[in-house]
Amino acid sequence: MTAFDPGESASIISVTDQVRPVKIGAPVVAVHFLGDRAAFVGAEESVFLVNGEAEISKVAVHAGGILCAASDGARIVMGGDDGKLVALDAKGEVTLLATDAKRRWIDNVALHPDGAVAWSAGKTAFVRSGKAEDKSFDVPSTVGGLAFAPKGLRLAIAHYNGVTLWFPNMVATADVLEWAGSHLAVTFSPDNKFLVTAMHEPALHGWRLADNRHMRMTGYPGRVRSMSWSAGGKGLATSGADTVIMWPFASKDGPMGKEPAMLAPLQARVSAVACHPKQDILAAGYGDGTILMVRLADGAEILVRRNGTVPVAALAWNTKGTLLAFADEEGDAGLLPL
Amino acid sequence: MPELTSQKIPVTVLTGYLGAGKTTLLNRILSENHGKKYAVIVNEFGEIGIDNDLIIGADEEVFEMNNGCVCCTVRGDLVRILDGLMKRKGKFDAIIVETTGLADPAPVAQTFFVDEDVQKNARLDAVVTVADAKWLSDRLKDAPEAKNQIAFADVIVLNKTDLVSKAELAEVEARIRAINPYAKLHRTERCQVALSDVLERGAFDLDRILELEPEFLDAGDGHDHHDHDHGHGGLKHYHDEDMQSLSLRSDKPLDATKFMPWLQELVASEGQKILRSKGILSFSDDDDRYVFQGVHMMLEGDHQRAWKDGEARQSRLVFIGRELPEQMIRDGFERCITT
Repeated sequence: MTAFDPGESASIISVTDQVRPVKIGAPVVAVHFLGDRAAFVGAEESVFLVNGEAEISKVAVHAGGILCAASDGARIVMGGDDGKLVALDAKGEVTLLATDAKRRWIDNVALHPDGAVAWSAGKTAFVRSGKAEDKSFDVPSTVGGLAFAPKGLRLAIAHYNGVTLWFPNMVATADVLEWAGSHLAVTFSPDNKFLVTAMHEPALHGWRLADNRHMRMTGYPGRVRSMSWSAGGKGLATSGADTVIMWPFASKDGPMGKEPAMLAPLQARVSAVACHPKQDILAAGYGDGTILMVRLADGAEILVRRNGTVPVAALAWNTKGTLLAFADEEGDAGLLPL
Repeated sequence: MPELTSQKIPVTVLTGYLGAGKTTLLNRILSENHGKKYAVIVNEFGEIGIDNDLIIGADEEVFEMNNGCVCCTVRGDLVRILDGLMKRKGKFDAIIVETTGLADPAPVAQTFFVDEDVQKNARLDAVVTVADAKWLSDRLKDAPEAKNQIAFADVIVLNKTDLVSKAELAEVEARIRAINPYAKLHRTERCQVALSDVLERGAFDLDRILELEPEFLDAGDGHDHHDHDHGHGGLKHYHDEDMQSLSLRSDKPLDATKFMPWLQELVASEGQKILRSKGILSFSDDDDRYVFQGVHMMLEGDHQRAWKDGEARQSRLVFIGRELPEQMIRDGFERCITT
């Protein structure tokens, strides 16, 4: 089965023959790189470490479903429905970081470049930083997402009707950015000037942090489940439509009053996006299994994977940008060296 | 239901006023040897005495949706929990959601209509309401939640029947029927009901609205509906102070190009009053049965299966709600019937 009609398939450059196929054989929810190995996070119990030769080594991390995962390149920290927070390092060693006293689900996790880790269970967000004791903060409703600001120890906690900005090391009361509705994933722009949430409804909401001015980013047919900042933070690529929606963040006003770029349209909805760490290209995965590499400047496309499968669930570049890892929801995966 | 919903995990919503016996029923479901594994979403962790690693505590967070639909609320916690449970697909056969005694069932039910991901993976199988035979009549007077729970039910487990006289039982059943004549009603002591009567009801409960006739009700329940006015032709008129039901039927096929816009406009304008709607429809030039169900302003429908040979192609709709604009609904429906 092919994705394109004959006219189109003749015109698109394909690198499908350069992909090293990886058969994970279990549902995958995320992929991150640990050193040179791709770490495919399973929907439950295990992470699958895959080297450049596509050899798989399976590591048990949770006794149940894996609900969230974050990586800083040195380790992946994951939360599970077993109430545990665990870390997996590049050597494949697993460390138990925390166990929820009431065995509640660990719904969200975030990592800070300096090694601090944040996680949440129910309405409570926790932060562990250095040797200091764990600190916790309760928000009015269940935590939908967590993100550390790029500078300073400041945690954004998304919840119903807004986002709370909390400085775990300061006594000062937390700031609340209000906007009606349920806020899930949250992300700071790399320059620390903007905060963006993916909402339960098909929309993003943003705040300019200097003056808390609102930015409404709407028009999606489906919920935004994947967001990725382009190299240098000039744009935010998002899933949720049948094209990649790329919001401009280069100016001081961010996307306010501007149209997003719409790249790589297909007859299927974008399910995952991952911007290249250095160059102005991105990888986009679709609900029909297609994966494209897209040049941001002109929207030129290269075919990485053909359609005809379940949705693409995970995409990631290694830090050098020389390797792209991907997996669909059923664990059919691959590595593409550039 | 066949084909179109077979991949989706059935979800049973278990509701009932405080002390009616929800926990008793839940414990039975979890402890009985039925060869099925249930994921259970509960509100009070401690009440369940069963060791089941798929028991999840919920916070009953009701979220308003920013979609311009004033009565459109969902259970935010449920969206999150169902999403998490889907990672363990294959580890359980069905999901049971227990609500607190004071909960309005609408947000739970609406969660299955509003959320795209929930809809993709799960389907609302039935709302099962446990009612206390001794105290329900009083609660229907002073607790609007109790009345909503009865109105929303597909299945009603009328519990603690051993604590009331025959006359009291007839009285409470009549009160239930005045609100919701379409739910399947089971009389029980200590929730002793066959689990197959409350779980995985699916198509059967929808088919009931086709079968349901006043005579059927009487024959099936074997007692006197003394305060019901059973008219001829299947048009019923019950008298609860503020909750009514309305049933419509046509032996002639409906015009889909008229019916669909009419139904959508009806729930958009009157959805606050309409708690539940259901229907099995026969459209002209269409050999498939079309089924739909709705909660307030939200509707979900699809072709279910082909009409069988010899099966009467009859359309049947029911609405349960407050201050239903009966004549307006009847007139609108008449205009959708092909001539």
